[in-house]
Amino acid sequence: MTLDASELQTIEHDVLVIGAGGAGLRAAIECSAQQLSTGVISKSLLGKAHTVMAEGGMAAAMGNVDARDNWKVHFRDTMRGGKFLNVWRMAELHAKQAPERVRELEEWGAVFDRTKDGLISQRNFGGHRYPRLAHVGDRTGLELIRSLQDHGVHQGISFHMECTALELLKDGDRIAGVLAYWRETGRFVVFKTKAVILATGGGGKAWKITSNSWEYTGDGLAIAYEAGAELMDMEFTQFHPTGMVWPPSVRGTLVTEGVRGDGGVLKNSKGERFMFNYIPEKFAAETANSIEEAERWLNGDKNARRPPELLTRDEVARSITAEIKAGRGSPHGGVFLDIASRRPADFIKRKLPSMYHQFKELAEVDITAEPMEVGPTLHYFMGGVRVDADSQMSTVPGLFAAGECAAGLHGANRLGGNSLSDLIVFGKLSGTGAAAYVRGLSATPKVQNDQVLAGVRRATDILRRESGTNPYLLHDKLTETMQSNVGIVRVKDELEKALEDLAVLKKEAETMKAPGASQYNPGWHEALSMQSLLVTSEVVTRAALLREESRGAHTRNDFPGEREEWLQYNVIIKKGASGMEVEKRKRPDPPPKLKEIAYAKIEDLESGKVGGDHE
Amino acid sequence: MSKRTFRVWRGDNAGGDFRTYEVEVDPGMVVLDVLHRIQANEANDLALRWNCKAGKCGSCSMEINGKPKLSCMTRMNIFGPDETITVQPLKTFPVIKDLVTDVSCNYAQNKRIPKFKPRAKEADGTHRMYQEDVDRVQEFRKCIECYLCQDTCHVLRDRDRKDAFVGPRFMIRLASLEMHPLDDDDRIPEIRKEFGSGLCNITRCCTEVCPEHINITDNGIIPLKERVVDRYFDPLAIVGRKLFGIRRRT
Repeated sequence: MTLDASELQTIEHDVLVIGAGGAGLRAAIECSAQQLSTGVISKSLLGKAHTVMAEGGMAAAMGNVDARDNWKVHFRDTMRGGKFLNVWRMAELHAKQAPERVRELEEWGAVFDRTKDGLISQRNFGGHRYPRLAHVGDRTGLELIRSLQDHGVHQGISFHMECTALELLKDGDRIAGVLAYWRETGRFVVFKTKAVILATGGGGKAWKITSNSWEYTGDGLAIAYEAGAELMDMEFTQFHPTGMVWPPSVRGTLVTEGVRGDGGVLKNSKGERFMFNYIPEKFAAETANSIEEAERWLNGDKNARRPPELLTRDEVARSITAEIKAGRGSPHGGVFLDIASRRPADFIKRKLPSMYHQFKELAEVDITAEPMEVGPTLHYFMGGVRVDADSQMSTVPGLFAAGECAAGLHGANRLGGNSLSDLIVFGKLSGTGAAAYVRGLSATPKVQNDQVLAGVRRATDILRRESGTNPYLLHDKLTETMQSNVGIVRVKDELEKALEDLAVLKKEAETMKAPGASQYNPGWHEALSMQSLLVTSEVVTRAALLREESRGAHTRNDFPGEREEWLQYNVIIKKGASGMEVEKRKRPDPPPKLKEIAYAKIEDLESGKVGGDHE
Repeated sequence: MSKRTFRVWRGDNAGGDFRTYEVEVDPGMVVLDVLHRIQANEANDLALRWNCKAGKCGSCSMEINGKPKLSCMTRMNIFGPDETITVQPLKTFPVIKDLVTDVSCNYAQNKRIPKFKPRAKEADGTHRMYQEDVDRVQEFRKCIECYLCQDTCHVLRDRDRKDAFVGPRFMIRLASLEMHPLDDDDRIPEIRKEFGSGLCNITRCCTEVCPEHINITDNGIIPLKERVVDRYFDPLAIVGRKLFGIRRRT
C-alpha cells in the first residue's frame, strides 16, 4: 500500500489542546479569549473526561468558612504535603490564583454549596489546615466540567470529539502539529498547529487496582517523551487511601476523602481508630492525639487539632497497608471507613449523595447504617512533563502541559482538592503562555510528511498483521507486573523485575494484532494505547529505582525515611540516542521569602510575624 | 461463577443482528463487566462507550432487556438465574457501530441554548445566594448527560420530532438557567417556540429512567410549561398588558 500524506485530512488551528477535562477546557477558553484559533481533541465525548470523577472539591483560600485562611497558609500546606519537593513558584501561583479562578466559575454558571451567609461553602480535607474546598456535595468534578463545557461551547472553540492523538509532529525543534485518528471511522487526521497544550492526565491504567478510567493511558506523557520533552518526578504515583475493595468488579473505584472531611473515621477489624498510632513526628504538633480532642474538632472547637484520619494521603495509604499486613484488615482485604455511626443519615445523604448511591447500587452497602470497606487505589501522577512555572511550556518549543500531565505543583504528594484548583489555575496559565509563544513566532512551522507517514504505518500495521498478540491480554500482563512490583511499597529487586517484564512486554507489543476493520474498533484502540502505557510504566519504574529514599508517595522498603540529600534533586527522564536517559538533577535554591513561609510555625504565620511583608 | 447467555446487537448503520455469547459471570458483576469480558476474550472489536464505571459520567447508556439503562450500574443479580440478557444500542439515535450511537444532535441542541447571563456582583465582589435558593438548580445540575431521557422520550423516539422539541435533558438545562438565582436572561419565548415545550405531554417516562433520580417532569418541565402559559395564555395578564401597556418580550 502506498500512502500519500497530501491525501490525509488536515485541520489548521493556532493551538490544539489535547484533552477535554478541566485543564484542557480551561486552557482552550483562555486561548480563545486571547483571539487564537483553538481546537480541542478528546478521546471521549465532551463532558465525559475523568474530571467528572473528582468528588470532594477544589482548594482555594477564600476564607469563607474560616477567616484565618489565606494564600500563605494554603501554600505552606501544599509544600508540606509535597514534602518540599514541589516547584516553589508553581505552589505560590496556585495558592494565590485559585480563589479568583473559583469565583470565575461562579460567573460562568457553577452553583457551589453555600454558607449560611450565602457565600461559597468550603469543607475540610486531608492536609488542609482550614476548611478550604469549594464543593457541590460530592460531585464537584461534574460541576467543574459542566460549567467549563457550557461556557466553552459559546467561545468559538472547535471541539473534535472521539479523536485520539498518536504523535506530536515537529519542524526541527519546534511543534508543528499533531497526528491523530477519529475513533468512529479509524481515519487519520493531521492537525497543523503552532502550539500544542497537553491536558491528558496520568497513566493509572498501568495498574490493576486504580480509580482511573480507560482514558488514563499516559498518552500525553508518552508522546511528549517521544518528541524529546523532559519528564520529572515520575516516581511519585499517588495511591488514594480509600478505594472500594468489594465486589471485585469495582475494586479501586474512588471513595471520596470528603467522607473523612465530614467526620468519617478509619477502623481496623478490632474496631480501633488505628490512625492515632501512625502520626508522623512532623505533623504531631498539628494533629489531635486523642479521640477526645478529635471529637472536639469535629464539633467545631477551633482550638482542637485535626483528627489523624485527615493526614496527607501518602501517610493514610501507608497506614492502611500496614494494618492490613498486620492481619487487622476487613473481610475483603481492606479496612473499615465508618461515617454511619458519626453523622445522621440525612446529613450523609445530603453531603455525600453519590457515595451513598455508589455503595447502595454496586456493593449493596447502606453507608448510613454500616461501615464501608476501603483500601488504597492508584489514583494520580504527581510527576509529568517538566514545564516552566509561569508559561507552562515544556523543554520543546511550542509544547505546553497543564493539569495532571504536568509536573511540579504537587511535589512528592498531592493534597486532596489541589487537583481541581490545579486544572483551572494552570489551564489558564498554559493558554496565556501558548498565546505569547504563538504571537512571538516569525514563521509557521511546517509538518514533515515523512513523519506523518511513518506514524500512520505504525498504527495500521496492527490491523494488517495476519495474527499476533491480543492487546487486552497484554494489558492484563502489564497491570499484573506494575501492581505487584511498582506498588505502594517498593524495593530494588522488584523494580528490576518490573523492568525485565516490561522489556518482554515491549517485544510482544511489536506483534500486537487487532482483528476487524478500523471503524470504531476498541481492540485497535487498546493496542494503540498500549504503546503509551508501556513508555509510561517504564518511566515510572526507572525513576522509582533511582530515588533511593522514601518521600511522600514514593516508599522504598530498602531505603526507609526521607534523606536530606535527595531533597536537593529531581529525577528527570528524557529520550536519548540509545533509550531512556535517567538523570538525578540538582534543584534550584528556593526563593528566601517562600522558604520562610513554607517552614514557618503556623502561629508565626498567622500572627504575621512571618510572611507579613509578602503579599 | 455461573454461565450466562448474552444476546448483543452487532452491526452498523447498514444493518446488523443479535449475536449470542455464553459468558462466565462472577459475583458482584454489572452488565458492563460482562460486555468487557466478551470484548477481551471473544470479540476484541465489540464497540461500546464507557468511562467512570461508577454512574458518574453517563457514557455507557444502552438498552438492556428493552430498558434504557447505564450498563455500569446494572447489577447481574437483578436478573433471573436463567434469564437471557439482551443488549442493544439506544434506539432514538443513529447507530455508528454495535452499542455506539451518534449522539451529536444533543451537542447541537445544547449549543442553541442562550448562555448563562449573571447579574452584577455585590459591592464586596461576591455573589450571595442561599442554599435553599439553589437546591432546585443543584438537582438539575446533577445531570450526567447519559441521554437515557432523550432515548425514552416519545416525542423524540416514536415521533422523531428532534426538529421541534429539544427533549427532556435540555428542558432540564433550560430550567437550571431559568431558575438560577443569578441569571438575568429571559428564555421563555425560546422555550415556547424554538425548544417546543408544548410538545411534551407529561408521561413522565423520562423521570422514570433518570439514573440521577432528577424529577425531570414535575420539577423541571411542568414549571417551565407554567411560565409559558402565564406569559402567553393567562387572560388576566393579556388584559393587563392591553390596559396598562405592560410590555413583555414575545
